Amino acid sequence: MNVADALKDKRVVICGGSGGVGKTTASAAIAMGMAARGLKVAVVTIDPAKRLANSLGLDELGNEPHPVDPGLFEAAGIEMKGELWAMMLDAKRTFDEVIERLAPDEETRDEILENRIYKELSNAVAGSQEYTAMSKLYDLDRDHDFDLLVLDTPPSRNALDFLDAPDRLTGFLEGRALQVFLKPTGFAGRIVGRGTGMVFSVLKRVTGVDLLEDLSVFFRSLGGLIDGFRERADQVNALLEDPQTTFLLVTSPEREPIDEAIYFWQKLRDAEMPFGGVVVNRVHHDEAPDADPDEVAAQLEDELSPSLARKVAANFRDYQLLAHRDAANIERLAQRLDDRRLALVPHLDDDVHDIAGLAQIHRFLFASDRERARMLAETTA
Amino acid sequence: MSTLLDKRLVFVTGKGGVGKSTVAAALGMVAARQGRRTIVVEVSEQDRIARAFHGGDSHFREVEIADGLWTISVDPQHALEEYLRIQIRVKPLADLLSGSRMFQYFAVATPGMSEMVTMGKVWELTQMQRRTRGASRYDLVIVDAPATGHGVAIMRTPLTFANVARVGPVAQQGRAIHETITDARHTGVVAVALPEEMPVNETLTLRDELRRELGLPLDRVIVNALYPERFGPRQATTLTKALEGADAPLARAALRAALSEQRRARGQREQVARLEEALGDEAVRLPYVFEPEIGPEQFEALSRELEVAL
Repeated sequence: MNVADALKDKRVVICGGSGGVGKTTASAAIAMGMAARGLKVAVVTIDPAKRLANSLGLDELGNEPHPVDPGLFEAAGIEMKGELWAMMLDAKRTFDEVIERLAPDEETRDEILENRIYKELSNAVAGSQEYTAMSKLYDLDRDHDFDLLVLDTPPSRNALDFLDAPDRLTGFLEGRALQVFLKPTGFAGRIVGRGTGMVFSVLKRVTGVDLLEDLSVFFRSLGGLIDGFRERADQVNALLEDPQTTFLLVTSPEREPIDEAIYFWQKLRDAEMPFGGVVVNRVHHDEAPDADPDEVAAQLEDELSPSLARKVAANFRDYQLLAHRDAANIERLAQRLDDRRLALVPHLDDDVHDIAGLAQIHRFLFASDRERARMLAETTA
Repeated sequence: MSTLLDKRLVFVTGKGGVGKSTVAAALGMVAARQGRRTIVVEVSEQDRIARAFHGGDSHFREVEIADGLWTISVDPQHALEEYLRIQIRVKPLADLLSGSRMFQYFAVATPGMSEMVTMGKVWELTQMQRRTRGASRYDLVIVDAPATGHGVAIMRTPLTFANVARVGPVAQQGRAIHETITDARHTGVVAVALPEEMPVNETLTLRDELRRELGLPLDRVIVNALYPERFGPRQATTLTKALEGADAPLARAALRAALSEQRRARGQREQVARLEEALGDEAVRLPYVFEPEIGPEQFEALSRELEVAL
């Protein structure tokens, strides 16, 4: 797979996968490659390594995309025909922005932003990164004129948490349950029935009265924003279902990340989401299958001392083992997905933390399968 | 090290992909071998450890995977139901609550609720008098902490919850759990890192946050998956020359692999040095496992390494 083909005519690409597989660098390299081909691209990163963030100019605050200095690409041998913008998501700030935007009046806005529960939790909450990532994507799509948005997703415990985060929030706010919760003894409580009143009183016993009252106040003020949240969730869903949106999975070739990628793909399929292909990062490429260590050592003995030759052979055997493992896992992935849209990136010798490193990854992502095979044979091992 | 495993509760933290579960299980093996009844708790809703040991289904079940070594995979839904049964004591009422849609909405939407009940279950496992019927006590509970967000977040949840609730049972329990967690005699924290730039930075951030937010020291840092140092700089020069002269594809491939390994191993050593300098302490080192999968045999080998190093 050539990423340029996978993203042809796309407006939004969401990069998913488990943590620690190089998702952020892959997202940045994809965004850079599409920008180099003439598009105005923004990449939204969640938690980039500091040096990579610095090299993209992401140390600036603001929760808005900044253009990356075009001079940097030239130095890395990339001809930049378009523009690359980058931003680092600030979950707390994005949430505040949503509240500011949706609050019907200043009073409600301040009531929520200054609510004790909101302040305590809007930053630390599990799921807030998921909600805010989707929300920010929507805002960027609506308020800016980017040709392509690349979203690097947060490492979720549940692969697709971030997809239904907006729905979950509105589901709760709109639900009959919340109405009861706000007025447990009132009219709503009576029509829902005796059972719910009982649930509420049991709940009180567990949590204590204060927590329930504070939560009631919090949810009541948030309740004024229900229509806004609903509308926003619908719009985010529309954006996800848009034919111009696609998902790329990013994984490394080890067993567990591959399992996660398969799981993630299954979930995408169940949710009828579009799928564009898989980026497999840090692949040990098999150059000489079935090589016999003794033969390797024998071939090296002219150039090296016998002990060094043996060490080189032993090292090569270990390397081959990883190459076999990677090949088997990648094959399992391709068969399970019944899909050969794969872009393999070799295990590079150095960590990627600057534009030059991104440029290196980018070469492998934006190549045809044949070109990539040739490059792998030349550069890996 | 003995002091680390003599605690009652040890959190193993680190970002996704660093081998946290592997280290948690290997640490559990060391403790069990030394005669402690030990349980490794997974909170990621996957029963990876039980599967790696072919130990059967550990979804909210304590299963024995080796002599004296147990594991359980804790998910918020079960943790919540158990919490309610313990809290309410009247089973039909507890069932009424956990079966109610309103309550499920409440649980899902209340921020931090799943982390809170998960921590509650962890705390329950550390109790000498277990609240779970028929359960026996453990000498040591090792938590394979979630990879999401910063490792400190889940440990801070009980206090956050106590602050939110202010008074009442939840607030009291939150404070009680918080006090246990922040007692360094009782609780230890181990960070697992890969010898790469970002994991090293994250480990140092974790140490600072741990101290600032919970007043806890980072007991140990374990650097995982270190390549062997096979070739020194002089040998690298020899190998480079040999590669220039070599024609046979096999020899070239082997030489390239050797040079690549030398570069990576050197880069790793630089990161370990940087880490140790910032920590002012030695890190525990675990080797890269050149095997397609990590099974009981590899866990055994890693645990031997840990036992010596700790």
